[in-house]
Amino acid sequence: MDTQAGVPERLEPERQSATFPLEVIHRIQTMSQTGRYEIRGWGAKRRVPNFDDLTFVTASVSRYPLEGYRERCDTKTVLGSRFASKPLELDIPITIAGMSFGSLSAHAKDALGRAATIVGTSTTTGDGGMTKEERAASKHLVYQCLPSRYGFNPHDVQQADAIEVVVGQGAKPGGGGMLLGQKVSERVAGMRTLPVGVDQRSASRHPDWTGPDDLTIKIAELREATNWEKPIYVKFGATRVANDVKLAIAAGADVVVIDGMQGGTGATQEVFIEHAGIPTLPAVRLAAEAIREVGKTGEVQLIVSGGIRSGSDVAKALALGADAVSIGVASLIALGCNASHYFKDGEEHDATADYLALGTSPGHCNRCETGRCPVGVTTQDPILTERLDPEISKQWVVNYLKALTMELTTLARACGKSSVHNLEPEDLVALTIEAAAMAKVPLAGTSWIPGHSF
Amino acid sequence: MDALTQTVLNCRELGVTGVNRALRQLPDGSSVLIAEPRGAHNIGVGMMGKWDITVDGNAGYYLGGLCDGPNFTVNGSVGWGVGENLMSGLIRVIGNASESAGASAHGGLLVITGDASLRCGISLKGGDIAVAGGVGHMTAFMAQAGNILVGGDAGDSLGDSLYEAVIYVGGKVKSLGSDAKISEMTATDVAKVKELAAAAGFDHIDAENVTKVSSAKTLYNFDALKNQRY
Ligand code: SF4
Repeated sequence: MDTQAGVPERLEPERQSATFPLEVIHRIQTMSQTGRYEIRGWGAKRRVPNFDDLTFVTASVSRYPLEGYRERCDTKTVLGSRFASKPLELDIPITIAGMSFGSLSAHAKDALGRAATIVGTSTTTGDGGMTKEERAASKHLVYQCLPSRYGFNPHDVQQADAIEVVVGQGAKPGGGGMLLGQKVSERVAGMRTLPVGVDQRSASRHPDWTGPDDLTIKIAELREATNWEKPIYVKFGATRVANDVKLAIAAGADVVVIDGMQGGTGATQEVFIEHAGIPTLPAVRLAAEAIREVGKTGEVQLIVSGGIRSGSDVAKALALGADAVSIGVASLIALGCNASHYFKDGEEHDATADYLALGTSPGHCNRCETGRCPVGVTTQDPILTERLDPEISKQWVVNYLKALTMELTTLARACGKSSVHNLEPEDLVALTIEAAAMAKVPLAGTSWIPGHSF
Repeated sequence: MDALTQTVLNCRELGVTGVNRALRQLPDGSSVLIAEPRGAHNIGVGMMGKWDITVDGNAGYYLGGLCDGPNFTVNGSVGWGVGENLMSGLIRVIGNASESAGASAHGGLLVITGDASLRCGISLKGGDIAVAGGVGHMTAFMAQAGNILVGGDAGDSLGDSLYEAVIYVGGKVKSLGSDAKISEMTATDVAKVKELAAAAGFDHIDAENVTKVSSAKTLYNFDALKNQRY
């Protein structure tokens, strides 16, 4: 051998382990060096069967389409008609999911609220209660009753437009909220009755009820406190969907909210985000069937969330039985999350260096838990907060919601529906066997629904 | 209407919703007797005002829950979550309370002249609770602010995961929960105990000789390497 000692003649082709890819090696290194598991924001990042695995079989000779841009396709959505004397009447079936002031900056909440008001939909409070700004910004405001009850106030119960009893959320079904010390600013701590800077671990169980029989009484309490006017929602992370939906209906819910495993969060353990709950795709079908089985279709409404991004996602969720969807992460992206630039004082500024300081880059960020959001969406830092101009961001969210609605009605019209609520499972086929089994629609080109037909 | 005359609302005849609606219609400061409560749930919830309400018998879950202002006297025992999320006002139960009494109360005073069951004062957020007798296990679980005075004994895991709330126990403490510790009584504590006992009308508390339990604050921030115990 005439090569230098130690340097091989020929390099082996680099081969990455499927079991230990770079990402896994990196994670093990971090755990071994710090003793910490990862805590982060956003929802599940791995691919799970989703609405992209379905496609519409739109109108042909046997079914005729509606004219796009001419014939009316209704998007009006009523939530809470079962027992509430004042149900929510929304112009579109796309609502903004619960996100707390604390997790989100005041500017972000304000922009979302005003955008929702303009397009005629609702926003939702989160852990920590309702802020004055948020009540003022949102015409339709859903007030969450969470296990922690941080900042929960009967006056706010009475000035909300609907109450959502949160049992769980898709990012962490079975877990409580989490807000790391760096985001527990004086205002946030005050609202939550906590010491400033504490790593806040919210409760995972409600303090004053356990189980379905208690839930019945809890819902009745909220109805009494609101004079039977406001719709009461019950929200679950998607796990044992069929049972949860039936129990919520038996307990007297007007609306059931199911958040699939892709659902986002401000901060939680990565292991929870990626390894608990079922995807939104099977969850919506299971929930709709559960409602049908107890004979409450049309009476109890279903809202589905978790990874909804496009008008086609909305259309498919509605076709599978949802009455409305909720968006969280997508609405934050519309606000500016993961953008390379932010606008301040009428000028565009590059935020790449700030993403780098969090060990990430625009398009890959999920570092909401740090409170150092480079674009001012999920921060309590007074300087970073100013990076989100509520006026500009509000318009972005309005644009996004309108575009989503246009996409939705485009598909609905092509299926010949004069209301988006007339979309049905028969309008869909699946592109993968998994999606066919989960959505219970036939695999494209066949009549095969795995588990149902041969 | 003369504020001194007492309005009688019969819960058996009106139902809970009827009673609550009638209550809201009465002028602030009215004196009301709720007759035949028969253990009904949700009596007097969500009341914002200073009514004087006497419940003549046992009540079910959430008596006086979500209230800001009224004074309740219950001549009987109550179910789960009495005074849950109370903002202000006084609830006086002349009897025993079931689980989660005063859960998450932000203000006001809850007095139980008998015993309170499990998780009394869970998630407490600034309200005060005075129990003449004993309390069950996990009392003051995750309590954030406010004071709990227990005349009798406290069950297992007292003060588990406490934040800034403080517990005073006249009798024995069976065991402490995670991150709870027995701390020294200061003059301020003695004064607080006296004040609570007086407000509750308790004359069996020896304010100098109670056990004070508060947070050890070892769980305020995460640290996986410190062998934190939960
Ligand atoms: S850009 Fe901000 S909101 Fe978006 S993931 Fe990063 S920290 Fe979170």
